[in-house]
Amino acid sequence: MSDVEIKTLTMNFGPQHPAAHGVLRLVVEMDGEIVERCDPHIGLLHRGTEKLIEYKSYLQAVPYFDRLDYVSPMNQEHAYALAVEKLLGIQAPERGQYIRVLFSEITRILNHLLNVTTFAMDVGALTPPLWGFEQRELLMEYYEQVSGSRMHAAYFRPGGVHQDLPAGMLDSMEGWIKQFYPFLKDIEKLLNDNRIFRLRTVDIGVVSPDQALDWGFSGPLIRASGIPWDLRKSQPYDVYDRMDFDIPVGKTGDCFARYLVRIEEMYQSVRIMEQCIAALRTVGGPVRVDDRKISPPRRGEMKDSMEALIHHFKLYTEGYKVPPGETYTAVEAPKGEFGVYLVSDGTNKPYRCKIRAPGFPHLQALDMMTKGHQLADMSANIGSLDIVFGEIDR
Amino acid sequence: MAETLQELGEHVAEATAGAVTAHEVRLEELMLETTPDKVVALLTFLRDDPKCLFKQLIDICGVDWPEREKRFDVVYNLLSLKLNRRIRIKVATDETTPVPSVASVYSSAGWFERETYDLYGVWFGDHPDLRRILTDYGFEGHPLRKDFPLTGFVELRWDDVQKRVIYEPVKLAQEFRRFDFLSPWEGGIERELPGDEKATKAS
Repeated sequence: MSDVEIKTLTMNFGPQHPAAHGVLRLVVEMDGEIVERCDPHIGLLHRGTEKLIEYKSYLQAVPYFDRLDYVSPMNQEHAYALAVEKLLGIQAPERGQYIRVLFSEITRILNHLLNVTTFAMDVGALTPPLWGFEQRELLMEYYEQVSGSRMHAAYFRPGGVHQDLPAGMLDSMEGWIKQFYPFLKDIEKLLNDNRIFRLRTVDIGVVSPDQALDWGFSGPLIRASGIPWDLRKSQPYDVYDRMDFDIPVGKTGDCFARYLVRIEEMYQSVRIMEQCIAALRTVGGPVRVDDRKISPPRRGEMKDSMEALIHHFKLYTEGYKVPPGETYTAVEAPKGEFGVYLVSDGTNKPYRCKIRAPGFPHLQALDMMTKGHQLADMSANIGSLDIVFGEIDR
Repeated sequence: MAETLQELGEHVAEATAGAVTAHEVRLEELMLETTPDKVVALLTFLRDDPKCLFKQLIDICGVDWPEREKRFDVVYNLLSLKLNRRIRIKVATDETTPVPSVASVYSSAGWFERETYDLYGVWFGDHPDLRRILTDYGFEGHPLRKDFPLTGFVELRWDDVQKRVIYEPVKLAQEFRRFDFLSPWEGGIERELPGDEKATKAS
């Protein structure tokens, strides 16, 4: 009897699937239970952000960045604010920089909490998301206190942050940090030595350091593959060069290493938060640049100064003009390198604003990672990639 | 920092013998310009040369300058982890001239090139799989071109008679408003005002 050729089965996964973390449609070619090829179809959440930004003034473009990766909004505002500041040739005042770093790290914890816990859910654990979301809720209250919004904050502006921290916030954050350490230990206890979790993640989706470079990996993914690379250390922005923290590096490059890196990053983020809180108790001064051609006057000032009123009106209708030039500015967002390539033609609107989302090349590598694995491992891979479609589809 | 980047630019220009048509450092960022036929060789050099080692392709994107003869810039952003440097390479092209794909040099180029093709209509030669990526199935046009309207051309809705989603030409309840903030009274922007053409130009 001659060998029988078995044709591969083409299967559709998504676009509405709980393990797809959003609207991901995968066309998977299966040989039995083994994935031969998977072709992600993206763009189901494409909103034309880059096009819209070309029609908005520089300040009006800020809220679009919250809506890209809606799990880590402030880091993306940070990249945009730094890019505009670079073109304008200004720098945020020290206190503003500390606040930005503090909230960037809060955002990192928010993001990693969501990812680690839902990743656990993808491979079968239900308790971590329930616990993790409670902590997320507490952190989002800080978002709400500074910006009035739980997620889409629009808090980091070119030139600093919108307003100073409310009274008592630093004390409250210290209280939160105290209870967060035991919480993180609990999550580790739930997952680190969990037999099912290990079986589902160890040696799944192994990415070698060379592959990680070739496929444009960044953030926790490149570190899990054993490359110690973090923009906060190598190309520090704002006050990261004054912070004392470590970069966790994975050894194996599999899904479990990616999980471990994220857990350790949360500990490090809390360390940075502690240092920022200590610094903010002593560093005073303004939280955004004191240039009325860029940042609007305070409301109180407007009540008795005609000049201030005119500045306010001009800034919120016309905005400021940015000198011609171009820059690629990147920050270490929780998911990896988030960059903004901004081209200015000297008017009040960006000529081109390309958003380099970390999830885009990560998802591209899914095919490489999943080939030869079982179908169920695909969802473990997707979970460990930490993809959010707001930023991939833009 | 700026001097080392300047030196790097000169080194690349020298070593690649004519592939780099211009190099400059602005805002502490190094930018090279090249031509479509040289781009693969240049990027391979930048990846492998011991003074460059740009092992990561961070991004490829397009920029549209409709008034130029070669209206598109394709911009490559590279990163060297070992030397902690970034570099930007620009290639000018038009609607018909293909740019060779660099997917053979960097695997991550595949999707970035698909995206640039989708949004700008820049054609990449020898690309393994050049399909649209972000826009809808069956979409027509290239939405990030400057002559593509912000509202697009079609909108879709659920049709209860046909029991399916249908596409229709876009209908705007009010005209699209675009405010002109390029005030002639504030200076800094050189442009001709209505009536200027009548004046005799002072030489």
